[in-house]
Amino acid sequence: MSEFLQHLVNMLVLGGTYALLGIGLTLIFGIMNVVNFTHGVLYTFGAYMMFIVVQQLGMNFFLALPVAVVAGWALGAIIELTLLRPLRGSDIDTTMLVMIGAWIAMQSGALWIWGGVAKSVATPFPEAPLVIGPVSVSWLRLFVLAAAALLIVATYLLINRTKLGCAMRATFQDHDTASLMGVNVDLIYPSTFAIGSSLAAAAGALLGPVYVIFPQMGDLAAVKAFAIVILGGLGNITGAVIGGFILALAEELGAGYVSSGYRDAMGFLIIIAVLIARPTGLFARSERVG
Amino acid sequence: MKLIATLVSIAALASVPLWLRDPYLMNALITTGIFIIGAMSLNLLLGFTGQLSLGHVAFFGIGAYTSALTSLGFDIGVFGDFHIVHEPWPPIAGFFLAIVVAGLCGYLVGRLSFRVRGAYFVIVTISFAEVVRLVALNWIELTQGPLALNNIRSIAIPLPGLSELVIRTKLHNYYLVLTVAVIAYVLIARLVRSHFGRAMRGLMENETLAVSVGIDVTRTLTLAAVISAAIAGAAGSLYAHYIRIIDPDIFAFINTVTMVIMVISGGKGSLAGPIVGGLIFGLMPVFLRPIMAPEAQWIAYGGVLIVILFLLPRGIVPSFSRLLSKQRGQAPAPDGMAFAKNDAKEPA
Repeated sequence: MSEFLQHLVNMLVLGGTYALLGIGLTLIFGIMNVVNFTHGVLYTFGAYMMFIVVQQLGMNFFLALPVAVVAGWALGAIIELTLLRPLRGSDIDTTMLVMIGAWIAMQSGALWIWGGVAKSVATPFPEAPLVIGPVSVSWLRLFVLAAAALLIVATYLLINRTKLGCAMRATFQDHDTASLMGVNVDLIYPSTFAIGSSLAAAAGALLGPVYVIFPQMGDLAAVKAFAIVILGGLGNITGAVIGGFILALAEELGAGYVSSGYRDAMGFLIIIAVLIARPTGLFARSERVG
Repeated sequence: MKLIATLVSIAALASVPLWLRDPYLMNALITTGIFIIGAMSLNLLLGFTGQLSLGHVAFFGIGAYTSALTSLGFDIGVFGDFHIVHEPWPPIAGFFLAIVVAGLCGYLVGRLSFRVRGAYFVIVTISFAEVVRLVALNWIELTQGPLALNNIRSIAIPLPGLSELVIRTKLHNYYLVLTVAVIAYVLIARLVRSHFGRAMRGLMENETLAVSVGIDVTRTLTLAAVISAAIAGAAGSLYAHYIRIIDPDIFAFINTVTMVIMVISGGKGSLAGPIVGGLIFGLMPVFLRPIMAPEAQWIAYGGVLIVILFLLPRGIVPSFSRLLSKQRGQAPAPDGMAFAKNDAKEPA
């Protein structure tokens, strides 16, 4: 029983960052309809920003997170303006392959700049974990959960309660009509992509210090993000949050009770099962897909 | 005209070992050739049915592992004490088994994943390849996991009346790969010109319309997936017996991406496309190696992919054949149909 409780606590911490990854991608893949293979690279990028600010510049740990978010935002905006803008209107396969090219180039760039050796980030939190009854959780992971929750709520409010969020939803529902209503759609595309990218960078910056930082760390993160988005339904922010926690739970239980070697297979198995049984996601209203 | 060009190309490729003595270049040509076979099989799906499968390396890897395990033998325990023991078979049997097993996997994956289209199809196929990779990594009893399968024997072809021919040298392997590539090319060319090929292209152009004229979508797509997977399995088998060591990294996503780049840059839906694209991207590392660090080579790789998609979105071969027919004053052939003009007979 105590083992199970520990798994639940781990699931909460992991699920928070997964949700962050998922809502970032659901904005880009779900709303903009771009199969974004650079999402994992943005995650890696955020983690390296953390490494640069804390380890190389010797600055405050808590300052590094906003730096990573802003840097991810800027990189996302650059990708949208240089690669996606000229391709607007071309078919989904071409866009996807361009994103694959960008992913290969950027990941190799990270390998070139920072090398393949895994890096770790020192944190200001005490080594000893917080112990409550049978479960223990490190202070760092609690901070990660709190920060992720804050970012998730902020994104939710941004999309659902602000004028910018309303304009975003309108633009991707009907580009022309939104444009006629006075929405500057040329601004909305890069904004949406940049916000999604900054969330990926934030997830990387939060999980980087928990694990280690290396150039390929984003690959699995990207696939997991796709699993979460598919699970929750495209463009569904609440769905992505729930999907993030479901994936975390499946991985924790899979690793704990089946085999730790197959922990990372859970995301893929969920993708296959959901797409075959219920391709609109678990929480969507019924509509035809594909 | 087309036939002459094809025969001249084959003769030119067959003559390469006669004047090329550099073993490093020969090695690059053999592995490139193997990947070109994989790319041709991917083109059957991507170029002629319009389905972008990003899990294609799964069939390549399954072919490699099937072939290697058939020739090495294995001993796995199931249900406690019960063991499945397989004695080593001749590698040539592994080659044919690889084709069958990969084709069967293609059938299963096709049946499941053709329920969805577009981005969803892409993600299902990636997921499938990753699950297979994780199985290869974790089922250590069968695959040795990350320790890799070593000392895979070379393919030996039994010759009638003579002793068998062991494909051991680079020269032998080059001609074996070339032979398989030509067979695969002819097979795919005949297939896409058949009734079945027209059904596939009809589906790609307009699925709803194709259904309304009586094309069985699932059957057509599944058959294409089976043939495509079987050819990829053959390529995987050649790879296993040439490199003679395989580990789960064979399932890496970058290998699928390599095949996709070969198809897209050469021109999807063009029979010669994967060969032209394959020769460019397969041999690019050879020429980049002396002037660039390995990481920089990959940056260039991604960069070239983006540039080709921006400048020649239809691919090199279709763009050039369009240019040629314009110069001759002919009307440009519609997409993907250029090769089907002089062969319109209807099989029973």
